[in-house]
Amino acid sequence: MNSNIFDVSDVNFLYAAYDNNSQDVHALKDINIKIQKGDFVVILGRNGSGKSTLSRLLNALLIPQTGKVLVMGMDTADENNTWSIRSTAGMVFQNPDNQIIATTVEEDVAFGPENLGVEPGEIRKRVDDALATVGISHLKENAPHLLSGGQKQRVAIAGILAMKPQCIILDEATSMLDPVGRKEVMSILRKLNEEESITIVHITHHMDEAALAKRLIIVDNGKIVLDGKPREVFSKVSILKSFGLDVPQVTDLFYSLKQQGIDIKKLPLTVEEAFEIIDDLQKHTS
Amino acid sequence: MPIKIENLYYTYMNGGPFKKDALHDINLEIADGEFIGIIGHTGSGKSTLIQHLNGILKPTKGNVIINNINTMQKNLKELRSQVGIVFQYPEHQLFEETVKKDISFGLINQGLSQEEIDKRVISSLESVGLSDRILDKSPFELSGGQKRRTAIAGVVAMMPRILVLDEPTAGLDPKGRDEIFGYISKLHEDFNMTVILVSHSMEDIAKLTDRVIVMNEGTVFMDKPSSEVYADPKALEGIGLSAPQITYLMKRLKTIFPEINEKVLTVEAASEELIKQLNKRVH
Repeated sequence: MNSNIFDVSDVNFLYAAYDNNSQDVHALKDINIKIQKGDFVVILGRNGSGKSTLSRLLNALLIPQTGKVLVMGMDTADENNTWSIRSTAGMVFQNPDNQIIATTVEEDVAFGPENLGVEPGEIRKRVDDALATVGISHLKENAPHLLSGGQKQRVAIAGILAMKPQCIILDEATSMLDPVGRKEVMSILRKLNEEESITIVHITHHMDEAALAKRLIIVDNGKIVLDGKPREVFSKVSILKSFGLDVPQVTDLFYSLKQQGIDIKKLPLTVEEAFEIIDDLQKHTS
Repeated sequence: MPIKIENLYYTYMNGGPFKKDALHDINLEIADGEFIGIIGHTGSGKSTLIQHLNGILKPTKGNVIINNINTMQKNLKELRSQVGIVFQYPEHQLFEETVKKDISFGLINQGLSQEEIDKRVISSLESVGLSDRILDKSPFELSGGQKRRTAIAGVVAMMPRILVLDEPTAGLDPKGRDEIFGYISKLHEDFNMTVILVSHSMEDIAKLTDRVIVMNEGTVFMDKPSSEVYADPKALEGIGLSAPQITYLMKRLKTIFPEINEKVLTVEAASEELIKQLNKRVH
């Protein structure tokens, strides 16, 4: 049994020029990537690097001009697969206000399964379960436009959960949220990943969120330039900076200490790790 | 006093069934040339507060006085030329056929001469790091970061004495964010512009501003120099905020190095401080 949920091979994607004065944009170049079931992947990259294009290829919103994208073995280029692919991999977008359509929270969450032709009794159950999972059962009769940003994104995630997907793709879904809203969404994602084994593909500009992933992929100029565990990727501070990216503050601090000759063996990602490194260091010097 | 806010109260939909108190009893004074950060979680009243600064919202009770202009008065033309507000996602407000026309729009409304308008369009583009080659382009064919900067240039071109920015870097990558903050700092220094910056990024606020106003539930929860606001991360956490990672680390390190200066806010300052402390141990 193949354990890859996504299998992207030799993919190129071009946005065609819309008039004679402009040029085609080669958004993705020869991309090869496999994502395993149950993984928690964060994709980082500067604006215009191609990360959103990549995410849209994963649920057949875009079809590559060359190469192949397989979702659970289904080719996204075959239109007959489109609906099964979209119920396998649901997508949450940046602006919570653009993806909520109903006048109450529970109706909004029911929209997806209704379209899939699920039995009414089963829809009721799925909606209740999905709302409970993201922790907003008490808001089910509220009007979505009166919720906070973090709550709205949780409604959007519940709407996807009600379709029983194997994967959720989030395209900068936290970038319009405040720190509390971001934490809410991140803890829901971790819970879904750990307890329900849902594969997560999360695109973000926030390094603290990237540090929580199991796998971190950096896209630059249409190519995958780094791919590994967050700890490995974030240890390449100067390379990351050359891609217009950042590292967590403590990582940056210890990189700077290392540059200045302090004996630092590994770069920390969290305050706790940073504290331990200094604690060790001073025990050995004093 | 250039900005004086006295006993400000604001209620949305006042008198209606959905009325909501957004601000209560705000008292603030801001001097010329200050660089102020405003933080607070969603719904704390930040946006409501800044919309009072150029009379978009008028106090339900109390007064907002900017350079001796009370925002309750009818004619707000002078006030609006002194206070420029860059809203969240300002690129959504781009509407003209070319970058030049878009930036000129406010200037034409101010009744400036064509010569002056052209000069200001160029200098405002420069001040946000854009080249005059894009003047005749449609704003809609620019990249996200360029659109954002064009929209900011439209406000900067009015040469406001007070520049207010609501989350100017939301959705930008770290490099784009640092660039925009660099241009804002330069405007602050070159023209002694008063800058009021609303942001969710504690790291950026700590790095850039001199003074931080913390909003919570429609009131001013804290109003202190940046270095002191973060001294009490617990208080900030209590109202849904946090301090920069550096602050948390320095606080913990105090247990190892009792004499460490835990008030440093940037990576550079923390690095210097740590090296100093480690060296002391060696000798």
